[in-house]
Amino acid sequence: MTRRHLLLTVLSLLFVVVPAGVSHAQDTIKIGYIDPLSGAFAATGENGLNQFKFAAEQINKAGGVLGKKLEIVPFDNKVSPQESLVQLKKVISEGIHFVFQGNSSGVAHAISDAVRKNNERNPKERILYLNYSAVDPSLTEDKCHFWHFRFDANADMKMAALTDVIKQNKKIKKLYIIGQDYSFGHAVADAAVKMLAEKRPDIKIVGNEFHPIGKVKDFTPYVQKIIASGADAVITGNWGADMVNLARGANESGLKVPFYTYYAASDGNTAAIGAGGVDRIRLVGESPAFNPEPATKEMAAYITAYKKLYPNGDVNQPRIQTGLQMLANAITRAKTTDVYKVALALEGMEYTTLSGDHVVMRRSDHQLQMPIYISVHSNKNIKFDFDNSGFGLVTESKVERDKATLPTTCRMERPAA
Amino acid sequence: MFELVFFSLLNGLVFGMLLFMLSSGLTLIFGMMGVLNFAHAAFYMLGAYFAYTLTGYLGFWPALVIAPLLVGVVGALVERHGLRRVHRFGHVAELIFTFGLAVLIEEIVQAVWGRAAKSYEVPELLDFPLFRLFSTSFPAFKAFMLLVSVGIFVLLFLVLTRTRAGLIIQASLTHPSMVGMLGHNVPRVFMAVFGLGSALAGLAGVIAGPVLGTFPGMAQVLGSIVFVVVVIGGLGSLTGAFVASLLIGILQTFAVALNYTLTDLATALGIGLSAQSAFADLWTVTIAQIAPIMPYLLLILVLIVRPMGLFGTRET
Amino acid sequence: MSIVAAPAARRWGLCLAVVVVLVALPHLFGSPIAIAVMNKMGIAIIFALSYNMMLGQGGMLSFGHAVYFGLGGFIAMHALNRLAGGPWAPPVPLLPLVGGLAGLGFGALFGSFSTTRAGTVFAMISLGIVELVASSSLILKGFFGGEEGISGNRTKGLVLWGIRFASDVQVYYLIAFWTVVATGLMYAFSRTPVGRMANAVRDNPERAEFVGYSQRWVRFVSFCAAGFFAGIAGGLFAVNYEILTEEAVGLARSGNVLLMTYIGGIGYFGGPIIGAVIFTFLESMLSDYTPIWLLYLGILFLATVLFVPTGFAGVLMMHEPARRAGRLHRLALPYLAAAVVGLCAAVGIIGLLEMVHFWSAAAVGRTRMRLFWTMLDIKSVAPWLVFGVLAVGGALALRRVAPRAAAAWNEATYGREDAAR
Repeated sequence: MTRRHLLLTVLSLLFVVVPAGVSHAQDTIKIGYIDPLSGAFAATGENGLNQFKFAAEQINKAGGVLGKKLEIVPFDNKVSPQESLVQLKKVISEGIHFVFQGNSSGVAHAISDAVRKNNERNPKERILYLNYSAVDPSLTEDKCHFWHFRFDANADMKMAALTDVIKQNKKIKKLYIIGQDYSFGHAVADAAVKMLAEKRPDIKIVGNEFHPIGKVKDFTPYVQKIIASGADAVITGNWGADMVNLARGANESGLKVPFYTYYAASDGNTAAIGAGGVDRIRLVGESPAFNPEPATKEMAAYITAYKKLYPNGDVNQPRIQTGLQMLANAITRAKTTDVYKVALALEGMEYTTLSGDHVVMRRSDHQLQMPIYISVHSNKNIKFDFDNSGFGLVTESKVERDKATLPTTCRMERPAA
Repeated sequence: MFELVFFSLLNGLVFGMLLFMLSSGLTLIFGMMGVLNFAHAAFYMLGAYFAYTLTGYLGFWPALVIAPLLVGVVGALVERHGLRRVHRFGHVAELIFTFGLAVLIEEIVQAVWGRAAKSYEVPELLDFPLFRLFSTSFPAFKAFMLLVSVGIFVLLFLVLTRTRAGLIIQASLTHPSMVGMLGHNVPRVFMAVFGLGSALAGLAGVIAGPVLGTFPGMAQVLGSIVFVVVVIGGLGSLTGAFVASLLIGILQTFAVALNYTLTDLATALGIGLSAQSAFADLWTVTIAQIAPIMPYLLLILVLIVRPMGLFGTRET
Repeated sequence: MSIVAAPAARRWGLCLAVVVVLVALPHLFGSPIAIAVMNKMGIAIIFALSYNMMLGQGGMLSFGHAVYFGLGGFIAMHALNRLAGGPWAPPVPLLPLVGGLAGLGFGALFGSFSTTRAGTVFAMISLGIVELVASSSLILKGFFGGEEGISGNRTKGLVLWGIRFASDVQVYYLIAFWTVVATGLMYAFSRTPVGRMANAVRDNPERAEFVGYSQRWVRFVSFCAAGFFAGIAGGLFAVNYEILTEEAVGLARSGNVLLMTYIGGIGYFGGPIIGAVIFTFLESMLSDYTPIWLLYLGILFLATVLFVPTGFAGVLMMHEPARRAGRLHRLALPYLAAAVVGLCAAVGIIGLLEMVHFWSAAAVGRTRMRLFWTMLDIKSVAPWLVFGVLAVGGALALRRVAPRAAAAWNEATYGREDAAR
C-alpha cells in the first residue's frame, strides 16, 4: 500500500467531520419516528408519520409543550431490526430523547433491547422508547423494562376480546389461523389457540399457517388451502401489505367466510375488501369506529381537519394522538425533558382520549389499559369512510377497560435516578 | 382434494407461463451474446411501471401494446451504448455492468415513481370470476395472463423457425462470425434480440403487475427465480426454459399447499423424532415453508451435476 | 507496486503512521455518529478486501460473499450468548477470530463444489448459495432467530484488563486493531506463492496448470481464505451492532460489497479500502441529505464500469508516473477546468433528479422543496430551466474540456517530447 493510498484513506475519513457539524435549532422538542418509509410497508409507515405530524401540529397550535414546539423527525428503518439500530444511533447523535415506533414487533424487540442497553451504558444519553403499535405481549411481560411504554392494547388483550365475539357465533365449527411468520404472528396464533380452547373447546382449529412477512404477493395458494380445509372462519393478525394482499386473494377466489382480524381496515385494506367483505370482516381495535358517528365532537372535528390536509389518508390509528398527547402531558408535568423524570410522570398517568375513553398507563408493566372495540366492515351509514372507498367501519361491541385488563408477569427493575 | 389439486395446477400453470415469458428473453440473450443479463428482471419492473402510468392516461389496452415496446427500445439502447462498450473487457465486466444496471433501474424507478406500491389494478373488463368450481372461483384476468403467455410462446416459436429473421437469429446463436461474413449486420441482430428479450420481460411486467404487485422490490422477487429457471433449463435453450418454467411454477405452487414435514415422514416410517433437539427446526418445518428455497436447491444440484442444464449445450 | 522494493524502514514507518492516525481519530471526531460511521468503515474495509481476494486477485466473481460474513457473525454471536459466564467464555477481542474460523469452515464447505469451475458457472452457484442461505434463515429459526434475528450483549464476554466494551469508542479500537491485522495478513497472503498463483489462474488458467498448479486447488484456497477474513468482518459486525439478522447473509449485502470493491478498484490491493470508505461514507451521510442517495451510488458504479474500470485506485495510480517525473503540477489548470465544468453538469443532473423525485413523492399540494440551500417551487419553469441548462451545457462543455485534460495527462506522464507521439 503506497503512501498515496494512506493519504487518501485519511482524507476520506475526514469526511466524517461533516456529520459532527450538523446542528439543529434548540427551540423545539424533537421526537423521533422510526418506521418504514420505503420497502414493502412504506405505505403503513408514511400514513403513521402523517398522523404523528398532524397530532404534533395540533399540540403546537395549542401552545406547544413547555413553551416549545414539537418536531417529528422521521427515520426510515425499512422494517429491518438492524437498520433500526443504525437509525437509533442517529437519533442519539442528533440529541433526540423520545422515539416512537410501531410497525413490526420484530423491530420493537430490537429497539427495546438497544434502548435498555444504551440507557444502562450511557446514562447521559438516555432515550425513552414509546411503542405505539407493536403488540407482541412479550414486550410488556418477559422483556419489559422501565424505558419502554406501550400505547396499544397488546395481542393477548385483543385476542381475548376477539374470542369473546367468536364464542357467541355458534355457526363456527372449524377455524383457520393464518399469520406472518415472526414474533407477533406467533403470539396471535398462540393466544387464539389457548383462548379458544378455554371458551369454545368444540371449535376445531383446521389450520395454523405462517407465511414469510412482506414477501408473499399472491395469496391464492394460501386461500386455496383455507377453502380446502372447510373452515367456517379465519383469524389473522396480518397487517400492511400482507393484509391487503390476503384480502385481495380471498376476494378473487370467492372466499366468503367471516374474517376476524387485527388490522383489516384503511391503508388500502378497506378498498381491497370492498363489497365482498360487508358484514363479514371484523376488526379488533383500541378505539371506536367513526360510523355512524364519531364518539365525540372533538374526534369528528379532528378527523375532518385531517382529511383536509391529507385527502388520501385516514385517521386509522387514533392511538398515535393518544400517545403523543400523553407524552406531552408527561413532559409538562415533569417540567423537564429529562427522560427519567418524564418516564416517572408517564407511568400511572390517567388520560381521556379524543373519543372519550378513560385510559391509564399501568405502572407495573407500562402497558396502557383501555377499553377494546370490535368493529365490522360495512357500507351502511358510513359518514367517514376509509381509502375514499365508500366503505368503512361500524362499531359492533365494546369490552370495558376493567374487563379488558389482563394480568402481567412483568418484573420491572427500576433505575435509581 | 380434487379442487385443491386442480386450482394449484391451474395457478402453477399461470405462474409457470409467466416465468417462461421472462426466461425466454433471458435465455435468448444469453445464448446469443454470452451475457447473463442481471437487469432482465428490472426490465420486467419497468414494463409494469410504464403500463401503470400509461393506463392512467390511455387505458389498459393501449398500454398493453405500448409499454413493452418502450421497454424494448430501452433495452436496445442499453445494448448499443452500454453493453457493447463493456463487451471488450470480458464476461466478468459484462456481468458487473448488468448488475449495476439492475441497481440503477431500480433506483430510478424509486426516484421517479416513489417508494410505495402502486395501485396498478386489473382492468374492469377482466375483473370478474371466469368460472367457479365447487367453492373456488378463478379470476378472468389470470386466464388472460395464460392466454397472452401461450400466445407469445407460439409467436416466438413461429418467428424463430418460420421467418427469415428468425433463421438469422438462430444462426447467430451458434455461428455469429459466419453470419457476419455472409453480409448480415450481426451487431444489429444482437441489438434486436436484446430489445426483443427486454420487450418480452416488459410484457410480462404489464400483465403480472396487477397480480403480483407493482412495487420497487418486484424485480428482486422474480429475478432470482428467473435465473434458476434459465440455468436449470439450459443456457440458450428455449425448450429448456419452457420445461423449467413450468416445472418450477407448478412445484412452487403445489409446495405451498402441502403441510407435510419430515416428522410426518419419520412417523410414517415408525421413527420417533424429538421436538427438543437442536435440529428440531429441520424436522418440524413444513414443505410449505420450504417452498421458497426449493428452486435454489435445485439450481445448486443442477450446477454441480449437469452445469449445462437439462437441455443446454454449453456452460458459458 | 513500489512498496515491494521499499526498504524495511519505510514500510515500518508507514505502519506506524497508520497506527498513530487510527489511534488519534476518535479524539478528532468524537460524536456518536462519527464513531459509528468509522466502525462501519473498518468492518467494510475488511469485508471488501476479503472480497477482492477472490475478485481482483482470483478473477472469481461471487454474488454470495455475504454468506461467509453473515455466518461468521452468527456463529460469533452464538458463541457469545451460549458460552458467556461459563468456563469457555470468549473474550470479546477474540470473537472476530471465532467468526473468521466459522467463515473458513463454511468457505471450505461451499467452496468444495463451487470452485470446480470459474466464470459464469461460479457466479451462478454463488447466487444459488446466497439465496439458499438467506431463505433458510427464516426456516432455521434456532440458528438464525427468524425475523427478530439473534441479539446479544457484548459486555457479557470474558472481561480482560477491565475493558468491558460498553462504549462505542472501545469497540472502535477493537475494530481498528483488527483492521490493521487483517489488512496486513491479507497483504501477506497476496505475496505468498498461492496468492501469486491466484493472479496467474485469473489471467490464464491453462498456463497455470502447465506450470504445475491445479487451478481448482488455487481457487479453493483463495475461496477459503476470503471466507476466513469475511468471517472476521462478520464477527466485528456482531460485536458492534449486537444483533444479526438475515440481512447479514443476504443478496443486498453481497451486492454492496461488489459495488464498493469495484468502485475502489479491483486491480490494486488498496483499491477496496478506498471503495469501502467512500461507499460507507456516502451510505451513512448522503442518506441524510437526499432520499435517492442509492441512485447516485448506482450512477457512480455504472460510470466506473463503463468509463473507469480501474476504479478510484486506478485513477490515482495513473498519476504515479507524472508524480515521479515531477510534472504533476502541469495537470492543475486543465483538471480544475474539467472539475468546474463537471461540477456544473453534476449540479444540473442532481437538481433535475431531486425535483423529479420530489414531484412524484410529495404530498398533494406541496410544491416547495429545499435544494442546494435554497427553496424552490417545482411548479414554476425557472428551476427546471436552470438545472436543465446546467446539465446539458455542462455535459457539452465537458466534451470540449475533457480532451484537453487528457492531453495534459499525456504530456505530464510521457513528457513534452514524447507526448506528440
